This record gives sequence, structure tokens and C-alpha cells, in this order.
Amino acid sequence: MAGYILRRLLQAIPVLLGTTFLIYFMVFAMPGDPVVALFGDKTPPPQVLEAVRERYNLDKPFIVQYLLFLGGIFRGDFGISFSGEPVSDILARTFPVTLQLAAIATVFLAVGGILIGLISGLRKGGIFDASALVVSLILISLPIFVVAFTAQYIFGVQLGWFRTTVGSGAPIQDLILPAMVLATGSFAQIVRLTRASVIETDGQDFVRTAASKGLSRRRIVPVHILRNSLIPVVTYIAVDFGVLMVGATVTEGIFNVPGVGRTLYQAIIRGEGPTVVSFVTVMVLIYLIVNLLVDLLYAVLDPRIRYVK
Amino acid sequence: MKIKRIGVAAIALAAAGALTLTGCTSGSPSSSGAAGDSSAIITTNGSEPQNPLIPTNTNEVGGGKILDAIFAGLVYYDAKGAVHNDVAESIESDDAQNYTIKIKPDLKFTNGDPVNAESFVKAWNYGAALDNAQLSSYFFGDIEGFSLDENRPELSGLKVVDDLTFTVALVQPESDFPLSLGYSAFYPLPESAWEDLDAFGENPVGNGPYMLDGEGAWKHNEEISLVTNPDYDGPRKAQNGGLDIIFYASQDASYADLQGGNVDVVDQIPEAALASYADEFPDRSVNQAAAIFQSFTIPARLPHFSGEEGQLRRAAISMAINREEITDVIFEGTRTPAHDFTSPVIDGYSEDVPGSEVLEFNPEKAKELWAQADAIAPWSGTFQIAYNADGGHQGWVDAVSNQLKNNLGIDASGNPYPTFAEARTEITNRTIQTAFRSGWQADYPALFNFLGPLYGTGAGSNDGDYSNPEVDALLKEGRAETDIDAANEKFQQVQEILFKDLPAVPLWYSNVNGAWNDTVDNVEFGWNSVPLYYQITKAAE
Repeated sequence: MAGYILRRLLQAIPVLLGTTFLIYFMVFAMPGDPVVALFGDKTPPPQVLEAVRERYNLDKPFIVQYLLFLGGIFRGDFGISFSGEPVSDILARTFPVTLQLAAIATVFLAVGGILIGLISGLRKGGIFDASALVVSLILISLPIFVVAFTAQYIFGVQLGWFRTTVGSGAPIQDLILPAMVLATGSFAQIVRLTRASVIETDGQDFVRTAASKGLSRRRIVPVHILRNSLIPVVTYIAVDFGVLMVGATVTEGIFNVPGVGRTLYQAIIRGEGPTVVSFVTVMVLIYLIVNLLVDLLYAVLDPRIRYVK
Repeated sequence: MKIKRIGVAAIALAAAGALTLTGCTSGSPSSSGAAGDSSAIITTNGSEPQNPLIPTNTNEVGGGKILDAIFAGLVYYDAKGAVHNDVAESIESDDAQNYTIKIKPDLKFTNGDPVNAESFVKAWNYGAALDNAQLSSYFFGDIEGFSLDENRPELSGLKVVDDLTFTVALVQPESDFPLSLGYSAFYPLPESAWEDLDAFGENPVGNGPYMLDGEGAWKHNEEISLVTNPDYDGPRKAQNGGLDIIFYASQDASYADLQGGNVDVVDQIPEAALASYADEFPDRSVNQAAAIFQSFTIPARLPHFSGEEGQLRRAAISMAINREEITDVIFEGTRTPAHDFTSPVIDGYSEDVPGSEVLEFNPEKAKELWAQADAIAPWSGTFQIAYNADGGHQGWVDAVSNQLKNNLGIDASGNPYPTFAEARTEITNRTIQTAFRSGWQADYPALFNFLGPLYGTGAGSNDGDYSNPEVDALLKEGRAETDIDAANEKFQQVQEILFKDLPAVPLWYSNVNGAWNDTVDNVEFGWNSVPLYYQITKAAE
């Protein structure tokens, strides 16, 4: 087990090097000079442009810039943003916010989606199943910004149940509405996946055996059906959590969440190479770790799965 | 842009039934103009500063709004853009070239450091030195000793006479120099700033009506909390307890917060709400021309656009554009058709500068002029206007192109660049081979600021490389006048020439669009489109 984890972590190193190089190159190759854009519609003297470029190492060739950046990372120095803030501070500030948001969204997703999916699966073809299908189809076909704007207007502006945007410090109660909006994105998938999985498990021999042993339905559903149906669902939720973690740019923008997506978007627009690459590096790391955790989770859910060296 | 429109249309449908309620949704009833609570905090919108909060290194609105609140310069601008002394006791000059500046006695920064001649001179020297790479360094370009070729830690034109007096020697007469001294680049810095300027940029210490609410008041990407500076006793004394500037990533978010009552005043309205905000916030909104001039520049190097042929074609293009129609239909009346090259909020502005008829819609005359130009050299090709696609410009560029097509019978189209950075880089490098969108937001309220930097030969922002010796001479004469009215007369003569040459085709002035909740009173917007926060009052909760 430990060996397996170690090997997976070692595999992450070339992946990280490759992605940072690619992203750095792409930011570098973006047309337009970010320093010129700093001055808006005004044109400063070329000497001033040169001096500013020098300050951010933007005057050096690409490979030198990249190596300087990489060297910095190994010393724990992610560079500084145009606003003079160390990028490591920005990372430390924004990732916890997005982590909370993603976690709340995942809870909504998992609890709501699995519950509805389970009931639908157990009462296949009934009224509940049919209406769950309709609602989830509607949700799946609406773009997220429509859901976000509508939710913000109805629950924030009209009913006043939630703050319209996320206040300073991103308190949990402010994150509930954006998290619910985020959850709608994958809600339908979870419902459909759980439903199909439950129906399949319900027809398995071991469920019939359990029933003929005289076990109550109350015991069969959670222990025998649900647990065995969860493997594909858990995979999906975990991968989805990874996606949520790396930022929900649109939702964060609409609800003014000071998280990863919004910050990264701003950095891309401003052409701040170090900020963009540092964010992406951490995102890749998160994605790799989440995937590793998913693989490990299989063993917990299904004791038949074992990891070999 | 598309995202916003579609999104909001969907809401309009979803909430159609609820709209009648909006009039009475927001918060507690107002105290109908009664004196506000002097400890109430005003909340407003802003954006994360792009640079550390150092006056000479801030050139964008996000940081500028904060600096203007926490610093007091030698002068300040009232709502009409008129200049009054703030920290300065007097600013005097006999020749518009050598100035003697006296500072009011006993002024202090919020950390106790005195505000004296040194605080200005040191800050300006730092801002001007090449090695410090300050974004606003070129504002000191006309002070004697300024150099772009070598690093000079001190400007020879700045001399401290005594504790409260210093002199400024300029390289040439500039009558509008005192007008520019309210711009943030000219703010003073306390002695303590020099110990660690990086730390200062994070927790700046000023001498203005507000100050940071302790260490860490700047919560990056979230908000900055300012409280009233009890020691400030100047003309901008705050009538409230402080200012919370919330950083919004989008205009939609700030508008939703205004509707939801989470923010008191906003100075931006999202495109989707432009048609409705005045009804939704009756008597609590503004839509007035601002000191922002929009145009498109036709570089002199383009074929067919120089000499007499060029003048005819430029005039024809200008007359073929129906500015009223575009500002009404595309901008919902939130732009004001241009009558000159400056802005109506600037002292000395006139709607009737001779030659300004060329900005009136006149398709017959336009066709006639275009035909005359064709007689000199026949037209071929497409007339294109370059713009950055990330700035919401496509609508008007397409409209202008269509009008040119219909009224001149030529092929015309927009030429989009994906990002602002890309468009600006091509413009700065002179690699752009079409006309291009151009705009100017004044740094300080003076006619010259709209003309000199843009149309003087070799001037910094003369991106179309326009050059006319007559214009240069008049600009110089105007600046040498010690009387501002006499100076403005010269500048209007400059405009008369510009109407003939049309180096840029004026389109419209951007308006300031803002609204506020009934929790606050006395909201007035300044010449630079920012609310005069210090005079806003808010009833006790």
C-alpha cells in the first residue's frame, strides 16, 4: 500500500514539470504585452516600459524566465503579483475559500443526489422516478450562469434569504447559495448514476439471498444495495470535487467569491505569468491527489480490491 | 458580454411577477435627508488595486479610488472639477514656469509624521527616478532634471526652501501645472514610508480624510476598510464614519448587491441594467457625462488619409456617423454625443467651437466630400476600425461600420483583437494598419490634458503620429499663459485646427452611471466619475 502511494506520488513529478512548462509557455506566448496594457489607453515613454519589464523579469528570454520561476518554486518562492503581493499569499488565501465552496457543494451533491437516485432506483417507473427525471433533465440543460443569476435574483434580491454576494472573509452561510448553484451542475448526473447502479444491484443474487435469509428490507437497502451501488458514484463525486476545487470561474464571478477561479481569471487577463502558473501547479497537484484518494477509496468500499506493487 | 445579457434576460422572465415589489425591498426607511450618523460606514464598489498602494505607482481606478480617500494632495477637485487648495497654503508663479509652493502649517500624517516640504519633494524624487520604475513616473517629466536615459535620484528642479516651502522649476512654462497637482502621483509620503516601501504599499499611511482601519485593512480581492481620520481638518472632512470599498470582479455582482441592499453606493451599472436602473432607483441614480472622451484614431500613415485627400475623407467619415442614434440605441443614452475633443465636465469646455459642425450627422455632405476626395485619388479597399474584443466595443464598432457603408457606399468593418493587451501592443508598436478605437480619461481636469498628450508632435499618447506645427505652437503658447482663461482660448484654437485635420474622429463622452440605496444621502459624483465619498451621510441603523 505505502509503496503504491509512493509510486503514484513520484509519477506526479514529471506531470507537474510538464504542465508548468506548457502553461508558462502559453502565458508567455499570449499575444500582447501585459506591461503595455498596465498603462490603459495611455502610452508611457519606452524607457518607462523597459524599466517596468525589468522589474518583473519580463525582459528576459522565455527559458530564463521559466527557470527563474522554477528555481523560485523550489525555494518556496512563487514570485510576486503585479500588486506586489507574494503569490504564495494569494494561494494561501484563495484555496481555502474554494475548498469550502467545493466541499459544501459536494455535500449537497452527494446527500441530495444519492438520496433521490436511491429512491428513484428502488421505485423504478413510479411518479417520483418520473418527476426526478424531468427535474434533473431541466437542471442539466440549463447553463450554470442562468441558474446562478436566477438564484441570486430570487433568493438574494427578492426574498432576501441569502446575501446576494459573498461578504468579506467568505463566511459559510454566504457560500451556501453559490454552492447549491454549483451543485446543480452535476446533480443530474449523480441522480442518474445512482439510480442505474441501484437498479442493477437490486437484481443481483446476493440481494435475493439476503432477502430469502429473512433480512428486512430496511437492512438490505443501506447495507447491501447502497454500499455496493456507491462505487461508480463515489468515483464521479470525487472527480467532480477535483473539478470544483480548481475553480468555478463563472459562479465565483457572479457571487463575487474571493476564490481560485476569480483570481486566476483576473491573472490571465492581466498576463501575470507567475500567478497563473503557480495556481495551475497547485491545481494539478490537487487533481492528482484527489485521483489517488479515489483509487484508495475503492478498497474501502470493496474489500475485494487490493493494491499490488 | 454575451454571458451577461443572456443571463439577465432569463432572470427578467423568471422574476417578471416579482418586479413590482422592487420599489420597497431595500432595507430600513431613510431618515429623509436628516443629518447622518457620524460613525456610519459607507459601503461602495471598487476593484482590487493592480499595484501596491504607492501614489506614484498607481495609475488605475481601483487603487486611485483608495489613494484619493487616504491622501490629501496640494489641491483637490470639487464636483465640477474646479481646483481648490487642500494641503497647499499657496501655489504661486510669475512666469508659469517657476512655482513656489507653501504648505499649511501643523499638518500630520496619521502616524504623527509631519506633512512638510520634504514629504512632497522626497516622494516626487522617488517617483521620477528611472530605476524605481514607477508607473506614473512620466508625470514628473516636465520638472527640471527629469531623465529617461539615466537614473537620477533627485530632480534638480525641486528645492526645499524651508520646512513648509519648496520650489518647482519646470523645463517650460505650464500654466496648467497647478491644476495637475491634485492627481495621485503628486501626493506626499511620510518619512516612515522610506524605511520599507514594500510594507508601506500594503499598509499605506496618508494625510487624507480617511485612513486604513489598522494593519491588514486591505483584504486582497475582498475589500479595504477605511475609517475617518480624526486629524484631517481640510476641505474634504468626512461626514461619515468610514468607507468600506468592496472589490467586485464583475459589475453584475456589485449591482446585485445594490439591489440586495448590501452596498450603499455604486459607480458602475452593468450593461444589462442600463435600461432599467433609473426606474429601479428613482431619484437615486446618475447618468451624466464624465471626463472620458471616446474616439477612433486614423493614423496619418494610412494611405488615402494624409494631405487634402485625407482631410476630406476624415470629414466625410465623421459626418457619416449618426452619433445620437448610436448613443441612444446601443448605449441606452449612457453616452453623450461628442461636440469636441475634450469633455463637458472640464472648465473651459464649449459646445460651439468653430468647426465642430463636422461632428454633426450630414450624410449628403459626407457623400459629397468623399466624392471630392475620390477625384484626387480613387478609394479602394475596406475601411476598418480595430478594437479589443474583451471590452464590449463590438456593438458600436459594427454600428459605425454599417453607417459608413450605407452613407458613403464603401466597404467598412470592425477589426477585433482578442485582448486589450494585444490591441495596445500593436498600437504602441505602430504595427497596426487600420483605424483603431481610442479613448482618453483625464488625469486632472484641464483642457490641455485632453489635447497635449494626444495631438502634440511626438507626445506620449499621440498613437496616430499626428503632427501639425500650428497645433504645437498654440499648445505651447496656451501653456505659457498665466491666466487660465487666456490659456483656454488658445486651446480652443487648437481644437479648431483639430476639427479640420481630425487626427481622431470624436464619437462620444462616456457617462458616469451610478446609483445608491435610500440608506444614504448627499451623494454627488465628482468630475472623475467617483462619488465624493466624504460628503455622503448615512442614517443610523
